[in-house]
Amino acid sequence: MIRSSASEMASALAQGEITSVALTQLHLDRIASVDKDVHAFLHIDTEGALEQASAVDAKRAKGEKLSPLAGVPLALKDVLAQKGVPTTCGSKILEGWRPPYDSTVVAKLKKNDIVILGKTNMDEFAMGSSTENSAYGPTHNPWDLSRIPGGSGGGSAASLAAFEAPLAIGTDTGGSIRQPAAVTGTVGVKPTYGGVSRYGLVAFSSSLDQAGPCARTVLDTALLHEAIAGHDAKDATSINAPVPQVVAAAKSGDVKGMKIGVVKELNGDGYQPGVRARFEESLELLAKAGAEIVEVSCPNFEYALAAYYLIAPSECSSNLARFDAMRYGLRVGDVNGASAEEVMNLTREVGFGREVKRRIILGTYALSSGYYDAYYGSAQKVRTLITQDFTAAFTKADVLVSPTCPTTAFKIGEKSNDPLAMYLNDIATIPVNMAGIGGMSLPSGLADEDGLPVGFQIMSPVMKDERMYSVGAALEAALLSKWGAPILSKVPALGGRV
Amino acid sequence: MSSLSRDEVANLARLARIEMSDEELVSLASEFTVILEAVARVQEVASADVAPTSHPLPLRNVFRPDVTTPSLTPEEALSGAPASEEQRFRVPQILGEEA
Repeated sequence: MIRSSASEMASALAQGEITSVALTQLHLDRIASVDKDVHAFLHIDTEGALEQASAVDAKRAKGEKLSPLAGVPLALKDVLAQKGVPTTCGSKILEGWRPPYDSTVVAKLKKNDIVILGKTNMDEFAMGSSTENSAYGPTHNPWDLSRIPGGSGGGSAASLAAFEAPLAIGTDTGGSIRQPAAVTGTVGVKPTYGGVSRYGLVAFSSSLDQAGPCARTVLDTALLHEAIAGHDAKDATSINAPVPQVVAAAKSGDVKGMKIGVVKELNGDGYQPGVRARFEESLELLAKAGAEIVEVSCPNFEYALAAYYLIAPSECSSNLARFDAMRYGLRVGDVNGASAEEVMNLTREVGFGREVKRRIILGTYALSSGYYDAYYGSAQKVRTLITQDFTAAFTKADVLVSPTCPTTAFKIGEKSNDPLAMYLNDIATIPVNMAGIGGMSLPSGLADEDGLPVGFQIMSPVMKDERMYSVGAALEAALLSKWGAPILSKVPALGGRV
Repeated sequence: MSSLSRDEVANLARLARIEMSDEELVSLASEFTVILEAVARVQEVASADVAPTSHPLPLRNVFRPDVTTPSLTPEEALSGAPASEEQRFRVPQILGEEA
């Protein structure tokens, strides 16, 4: 049962073939047996999960009308506040903090009776592409435990690939949902910016951050998308418009007559041969399914990475100023009449890890007087140019596509001492965040040279998220009939029972 | 061209309120030389005629009705405080003893 899709689990629950308590317990058992190897979770909320499961079973027994995913378990990235449950963002500075409120995403999950199993590991404050920057140790990729599961949402993606949860929530600032999905053979969607509320999502870079759904199939991802999306008065940047019809699109998977634009700049040199081969194969399958493949050019994308590593650090240097040791979180050095400033300095020295400090200092520099125009100001202009490239490309195509990342999963430790090499992982995912549009990654197969999963990225215009689900579902169906079984059936057996 | 000295990094760390060891300052300074060279590429295309974008949505002010809504109790608000006293956050001294 744990290898089924969330939709299959939901239907078994609806048919009375299993209870949510039993289904939740199966996943808790699976976590107990494999998570010592995978380390997808930072906190497992056994009691809370079983309580939620038993409540939904009671509602079902009474014949109440339930939401489509009611009773199905989920793994929550540890960057979203959940009332009374430890929320660390992978940082020592928040160790032991239990938020006194629910984020809107969590409130919606609870309202939909989706059972929250626990909190998943991540790069500290979502800064990273490998989950190696977690203060609590790395997560291991279920495909090969010596490799990274991507990041920052490596815990959420790994939990899906390890069959510890059929659904997960991630957040994506520069690719933190899509890149982990790509390297673990799972599906992840960054909705249009403003499509899902950021209330209670601990801010890294407010103009780029977006929470979104992760799962093992396109339809499951759509069902979760619909459950968490929608306008929220608590987030002033939330879009007040109907949620795109993502579930209908995922169910139909119709791409006949759609124009699919291949972004010339997001391919070629620097992309691993197996990544390129899987990408070309997917394009052929989409063409066979009735889509028209066209090439588009987005010349300013080559500046996206540089602009991102100015904008995100600048916003983070401001956002992370809130961790000042005064109202919550860690406090160090509050002795012998130390001043507030001394306590802040010492707390932030101990509480933040290396990458977080690096980005705060870089952002402080980019925003400082005398350098602002040259760095932050110029990056904002590049953001305009990237958005214009997308606008022009979307006049020629309904969606744009590329490989999700240049390589498959690399070894833990391989890039941790080279920040620039690490930043390059996000080269194909960052433009989407800069323009605030939607992006999906779904598995397109395994690279011949290393047998590891490759991701296919689909990008759709603002609030046209349903388009990436149509294309994703069409490609998923074509690949499934080619393979005969889902890609995750090839994940090596982990330590425990299956 | 773009590089940062150890002392410049020390000043930024002070502005960002992060204590740093000498070793950390020196290694960050050398990393920044590489990182700044990479990010400075934005200047190649950021000409004067391009308008800056600070945010993906064309939003102006967003208003809500000015009515009281339920909020955290003092106990809830103080539940994560490193130190509290008489329903308040207790913080280290902000002004010198003489002030």
